[in-house]
Amino acid sequence: MDTTEGNIIARKPGTSPISLITRAVSWFLGLGDYIFAPIQKRVGHVRMAYVFVLPNLLIFGIFILFPMLLNFYYGFTSGESILPENRTFVGTENLEKLLQCDNYLDPNTCDEDLFWRGVSNTGLYVVSEVTLLVIFALTTALALNSNVAGRAFFRSVFFYPVLLSPVVVALIWKWLLQQDGLLNAFIVSMGGERAPFLLDGGWSQFWVIIVGVWAQMGFYTLILLAGLQSIPADLYEASSIDGANAFRTFRSITLPLLMPTMFVVLVLSLIRAVQVFDHVYVLTNGGPGTATLFIVQYIYRTAFSNRNFGLAAAASLLLALVLLLLTVAQLRLGRRVDAT
Amino acid sequence: MSQSTLSADNAVQFLTRRQGKKRLSTADILTYVYLIVGTLVMFGPVAWLVVSSFKPERGLIEFPPTLLPYWQQTVQPEGYDKPLDLYDVTLEDGTTRRLAQVSRVGIMARMIDPQNPSAEPIQVNINQRQPVRYVNFSLENYTGAIQQFPFLTYLGNSIIVTIAATVVTLLVNSMAAFGLSKYRFRGRDAIFLLILSTLMVPVSVVLIPAFLVINEVGWVNNLIGVIIPGAATPTGVFLLRQYMLTIPDELIESARIDGATEWRIYWQVILPLASPALATLAIFSVMWRWNDFLWPLIVLNRSELFTLQVGLNAFQGDLNTQWHYILAMTVLTLLPITIVFAILQRYITTGIATTGMK
Repeated sequence: MDTTEGNIIARKPGTSPISLITRAVSWFLGLGDYIFAPIQKRVGHVRMAYVFVLPNLLIFGIFILFPMLLNFYYGFTSGESILPENRTFVGTENLEKLLQCDNYLDPNTCDEDLFWRGVSNTGLYVVSEVTLLVIFALTTALALNSNVAGRAFFRSVFFYPVLLSPVVVALIWKWLLQQDGLLNAFIVSMGGERAPFLLDGGWSQFWVIIVGVWAQMGFYTLILLAGLQSIPADLYEASSIDGANAFRTFRSITLPLLMPTMFVVLVLSLIRAVQVFDHVYVLTNGGPGTATLFIVQYIYRTAFSNRNFGLAAAASLLLALVLLLLTVAQLRLGRRVDAT
Repeated sequence: MSQSTLSADNAVQFLTRRQGKKRLSTADILTYVYLIVGTLVMFGPVAWLVVSSFKPERGLIEFPPTLLPYWQQTVQPEGYDKPLDLYDVTLEDGTTRRLAQVSRVGIMARMIDPQNPSAEPIQVNINQRQPVRYVNFSLENYTGAIQQFPFLTYLGNSIIVTIAATVVTLLVNSMAAFGLSKYRFRGRDAIFLLILSTLMVPVSVVLIPAFLVINEVGWVNNLIGVIIPGAATPTGVFLLRQYMLTIPDELIESARIDGATEWRIYWQVILPLASPALATLAIFSVMWRWNDFLWPLIVLNRSELFTLQVGLNAFQGDLNTQWHYILAMTVLTLLPITIVFAILQRYITTGIATTGMK
């Protein structure tokens, strides 16, 4: 009797930080009853569902849904003012200006050449970044899935950059890639010449892609690793009994069963690559010249530096269209991949 | 055979011992090589940043850079106001002496013997001297940067935004998820689909109108303008709803029979049971908000309101040459998230692996 009471008393104060926070939160949430009990009395318990959904829906409606709809309006108006009532309706003029081009392969022949520069830069970025991401994330996931010592350590190391903010990532690499940086020191010590990594257009495009892969690879590695680990072990046993070698096992078991996960990785990385902005903004700010100017930065510049909100909104409508197509493609193809 | 080789043999044997196999296969060796090279590539840049942040300003412009942070050894001889740099000087007769530099004109330096400061200075060609340096992980850049740069203000803003946004996100999302998972009402599926359909809509697509809304509400240059708009995350609603669907309805029914109000059911029955999902969302929210860049960049124009990410960006744009401060600031910015990761890494990695989101 005594001992049980002692236990209860010993447990009750809960002085660890977590339990203190829990109790504070619990007390605070309990106050909600003073607000919500009277409401419930008035509307009845079934309609309380609306009350619960309301705050989220309000924020969602005002800051996500409404802006999405408003974007259409902006895309079809022009003027210096950001206030909707001061803008003049111009129909498809903005879209026409963006799409006006003599030769779509040469941005110089386009009316809005910066936009097309951004489109072609983004296209190059998306294709190379996603390819490299998938290759390296798959290789890393396979390496981490094998029976090596220190797996947890390696997994953490490969994942760590994912947590870093784009600004930090960009500064880490800016320091490494500058003219007197470590990488150039290494090249000089090997007898080479200093390379203008961030001063040359081609080099900048290259490094922006590499930094993107570096910063995100760990994320996709984790998803692929989870996919690999969900493949039943007895399939591998069966194939080794059948005398299949490692390559055959990979091709006939691992790859097909990993396909749905690979697909998720492909789509997620594609959608994110199309919107590349943050680390590039800090690392090169779109330069040198327009070498690393991507679509989102074009929208940002057009809207907030040049205050041409109509043109920027039209460009973001086109971007949204591309993202929509990618999402639809994901749903369509995803179903097919799942079916096989 | 000596003791040490014996234990080394044991160690090698232990390290290379495999299940069912005697020795490492070629595939294993390749895997290790890949993982070790990968570790260098993934962690090397961060390590280089951290080591460099301890270097003195003039050590940073050195080429080729030294691996470790070297600081100049100085002395304070009698009769001089400021400490003088110490050098090892090779004299014309071939001997080496440790001298302090008083001044330098062109390629000639005037140097004195710190033991005998009143003696006539010696003229030395600067190619004949080597600075005396020592390795020191000095915090000078850190203290300097904190004084030069309103780091603590930015840190405070980042902490306010991160905590407030995470609290609001958890509250609002869990309430919505509860409503959407535990009630049948008209328009429920429509609302859920509407929220879900914006899962892939990034802030970059609605940049301009979202800014207008913030402008109209009067939240430009207000931390609330950073906190609230991102709080209704479709991802959070989705994650929590899927989790709450697995909580049996009987629990709610019996609580109702006991006379609990709906709000009480929410915070005393549902929330505790959904705590694993809430913890996952909390971790994500902290990560999103701490690292958020584009939205705060647009909403906040006054520098006393900057979050760390925006402030760090402004700082590196303003003072492009002050790398010694930038490096220290960058390390301070990545430190909190690194500590959180070190403590919670298992939850973070499993959270991402199971939800597939970031």
